[in-house]
Parts: sequence; C-alpha cells; structure tokens
Amino acid sequence: MTVQGIILSDLDGDRTWRLADYVKRGGYEALKKIIAEKIPADQIIGEVKKSALRGRGGAGFPTGLKWSFMPRAFPGAKYLACNSDEGEPGTFKDRDILRYNPHTVIEGMIIAGYAMGCERGYNYIHGEIFEVYERFEEALQEARDAGLLGQGILGSDFSFELYAHHGYGAYICGEETALLESIEGKKGQPRFKPPFPASFGLYGKPTTINNTETFASIPFIIREGGDAFLALGKPNNGGTKLFSVSGHVNKPGNYEIPLGTPFSTLLEMAGGMRAGRKLKAVIPGGSSAPVLPGSVMMDCTMDYDSISKAGSMLGSGAVIVMDETTCMVKALERLSYFYFEESCGQCTPCREGTGWLYRVVHRIENGLGRPDDLDLLNSVTANIMGRTICALGDAASMPVQSFVKHFGDEFAFHIEHKKCLVPKDVQHEGSKIYVA
Amino acid sequence: MGALRIAQEEKGWLANETIEFVAKYLGMPAIAVYEVASFYNMYDLAPVGAKKIAVCTNLPCALSGGVHAAEYIKKKLGIDFNETTADGRFTLKEGECMGACGDAPVLLVNNHQMCSWMTEEKIDQLLADLKK
Repeated sequence: MTVQGIILSDLDGDRTWRLADYVKRGGYEALKKIIAEKIPADQIIGEVKKSALRGRGGAGFPTGLKWSFMPRAFPGAKYLACNSDEGEPGTFKDRDILRYNPHTVIEGMIIAGYAMGCERGYNYIHGEIFEVYERFEEALQEARDAGLLGQGILGSDFSFELYAHHGYGAYICGEETALLESIEGKKGQPRFKPPFPASFGLYGKPTTINNTETFASIPFIIREGGDAFLALGKPNNGGTKLFSVSGHVNKPGNYEIPLGTPFSTLLEMAGGMRAGRKLKAVIPGGSSAPVLPGSVMMDCTMDYDSISKAGSMLGSGAVIVMDETTCMVKALERLSYFYFEESCGQCTPCREGTGWLYRVVHRIENGLGRPDDLDLLNSVTANIMGRTICALGDAASMPVQSFVKHFGDEFAFHIEHKKCLVPKDVQHEGSKIYVA
Repeated sequence: MGALRIAQEEKGWLANETIEFVAKYLGMPAIAVYEVASFYNMYDLAPVGAKKIAVCTNLPCALSGGVHAAEYIKKKLGIDFNETTADGRFTLKEGECMGACGDAPVLLVNNHQMCSWMTEEKIDQLLADLKK
C-alpha cells in the first residue's frame, strides 16, 4: 500500500494492529502526555480546532467545533460514539483503519472522552465486516489489560470504557441519530433534529459522534500539535486524508494523501486508468456525491473546498472512477436501486421518491423511457430534497440530478433509440472481473 | 441485536418462534424484536441454505466484475438471487455495499466470512471448500 500520511503510513508486517506494535510507532504517547501533564480539556479542544480537522465521515464539519458543543457542567452520563458503519458505496477506508491500526482509533476516542468528559463510548462497526469487529474487540482487550482503558486510566482519576457494537446490515445506520437508535437496540430510523445529539443523544444524554478516521487523526494532533496537522494539508482543510479509489483503475485501494493533492496525482497513484482507456466520469465523495465529468475532475485538487467549487462534495473520500466503457444510465440505475433498497421508510418523500427514481431510471435503461422522463426525474428529486428527516433523501437525489445534468445526452439517446450509447459488449468487457 | 445474531447463528434463520423466544429472554415485547429483525438486512426471516452467499453488485463492485461474479455463481449453482439449491446447501443473495469496494468482486459467506478479489477460479475453490 502506497501511503504517505499519519494513519496508515509506516505500517509494515501483519502485526501492525497489535498494541505493542502501535506503541513502538509512538502510540498512546499523546494519551500519556495528557494524563502526566494534566492538560486541561479546553486546551485539547483548542488544539483540535487549530488543526482544522474536518469530519471524515462525509459532512466535513469542523471537529473541534463539534466537540465544543458538548455541555460542560452536565450532571450525569455523557457518551461518545464512533461511526464505523461504513456502507456508502465506494467507501472502504474505515475497514482498513480498524484492520491495520485499531489502537489509533481507541486512543483517539479515549482522548475525546477526556476532552468532553465522557466516561463511555461505543464504536458502531458495519455489519458486513464481522472479522474486523472481532479484531477490534481483541484490540480493546489489549488496551484494557495495559491499563489504558477502563477505570482510573494510567493511575489517574479519569475513567473511560469503550465497547464495540456490531451492526447488521443497514446503510441508514451511518446516519448519526439512526446509529444511536441502533446502539439502543432499536431499528435504525433517524431522529428529528433538533434536539442535536450534543444535547439529546444516546439514551437521551449528550453525545458526540465522529467518524473512525476523525478519531484516528486525534493522537497525531495531540502528539505533534494542531499546527503540524494543519501544515500537512492546506488552510481550512487540515491534514492528510484517506481516499478509497475504486472502479476502472489499475490499482484500486486506499491512498492517504495531503488534502489539496491534485486529482491527477491520486489517479496516478492508483495505477492510472485500466487498459489505457479514457476517463469518463468520477464520483469524488461516495455514491451520494454528485458525479463530475472526468475533464472537470482533472482540474480539481482533493480537498473539501476545491471539490465543492466544482459542484460536488469530498464526502467520505470515496473516489469511484468510471471509464469510457461505462453506461451512465446503467450506473445510475444501480445507485438508485441502492437508495430505494436502503430508504428506511420513515419519511414519505424518500420512501416513495426513491422508488420512483429507481423505476424511472430502470425503464430508461431498459428501452421503455418516455420523452418527459428527464423532467419527471428532476421533479421527483426536487420534491425529495430538503423534505426528509435525514440526508438519505438528498443523497438519493444528488446522483440523479448530476447524472442527468452532465450526461443528459446519454439519457436522451436511451429514450430515443431504446438502447445504450455504449454498446453492451463494450460495457461488458470494461467491467469484467478485474484483479490487480 | 446481538441476541438475534446469536439466535440466527444457532438456528440458521429467525422463525417467529425464535424471535418470540429472544423477546421473552430479553423481557421485551415480541413486536419490538420483530421490528429489529425485519429492519436489518443480515437477519434472515425465511429459511436459507447451509451457506448463504451474498455478492455485492453495487456500482463500485460492478465496475470491477461484481455482476460477472454473481452471474458465474448463478450459472454454477443453477439458482437465481434469493433462491436455494435443491440440496439445501447454498442460498444466493444480492448484497449491498459491504465496505470493501477496493477488493471487488466481494462475497460474504454466512454474514461473517468476507472473500475478496473473487475470480472464477477462486469462486470454484470457495464453493468446493464450502461443500466439504
């Protein structure tokens, strides 16, 4: 794995997930420093603010600011939750973090617990990665045995307990309030906001939820300082970030690069386009992010601001690369099916709307499209967006809007000629089983 | 959720009576447990074969052969998605994103064992191993 960063860099061998290996890499030094020097909570949050670390789960919200929303003098329990329910198509970074460097997440969570006065945390792990869940449980036990986790950490009066929670296959649980419902043992349907989790979260108590990669960045920030983290990236986009590159590239995988790195460099790291074919389109931030034409992407740098200026979002950093053999209608049909399948059914616009989106794209793909279908798609998305409790409705709509906007000709061709613009055998050849 | 997972591992799938048993054990109304069992994809509310294979065919996987892998297994086992072989050994499911898109094609066996980079040869090998 070619990485130059702080989470998956310098990992060598098959024991990198063990406590001893992590300590050798400077692990738990940040926590030890905090405990030994009794660093005040405010100072830790200040350091995180200075680092310009932004939430790595998709929304890109400044982490330090989020932490400062937690009420200080709250009597009773406060909770911390880690969102490792990585189910956004294209995203597979948290799995590697938990597989190869779980202790950095554990340390990050302990520090967060210290800074926000939480004594209990949960890591919600995606259902399909059961083996990773088992490994994380083992890592937790190592930390407990070493006195790094549990009652009176490192002989201080600070206690923090951390539990792993295993999901069971529901995309919606990546939404933070659905995740809390799920930890509580219920079906994962998002809650109304406000109240926000910082005031009414898990079991009704103040709760902060961060992504796995966000927590994994914390030890470095405390050890080396917020400025050092900021300097790795670019202003307002601190640090390095993991990008999960999938699709038509020669070497799919996770690449950890400084925010602000040109997309062309990332594409090169991922081995370039398969069989020298031409880049057609890129979804830069997970399936929910608007698709961008390849030519637009080639002018972007990989950071929150640049991608947002180009009309999409950096999201979770899942870069789905599609070459000229891709039928954009077929690609959208598959994504729309996913949102239709995963809508939790709570809000009518999303429950019914995702069904409409899928059925209409499906009929276009299958030669049954009608002349006014593109207007219909735009009308359905306009009626979903902003009218649902959580962001799944928007997430289902943005791909549809952007595919139609940038590749409208291809949709029109389907409707008029009742077949794909890209011949089926070319599509078939382009997406056959590929192993690097 | 953990209780249902353990019950499913033991019984193979979650029948209504299993759900009621879990509910009684946890001191919860049966409907509350049923809601959870029916909400999450990985719980099976109908009998499945001894080995349940889920293939991810979502877009990132599809671009690297997810659909081809699924077609190959269908042909090999002679079943479609959501069907079980006559000998009760295999059930095939279409999975949603498993968070391992870089390893496509990806299969998940009985919810817990993830298999990466599944070429036709590796699928042959896996099916042979699972028959043992």
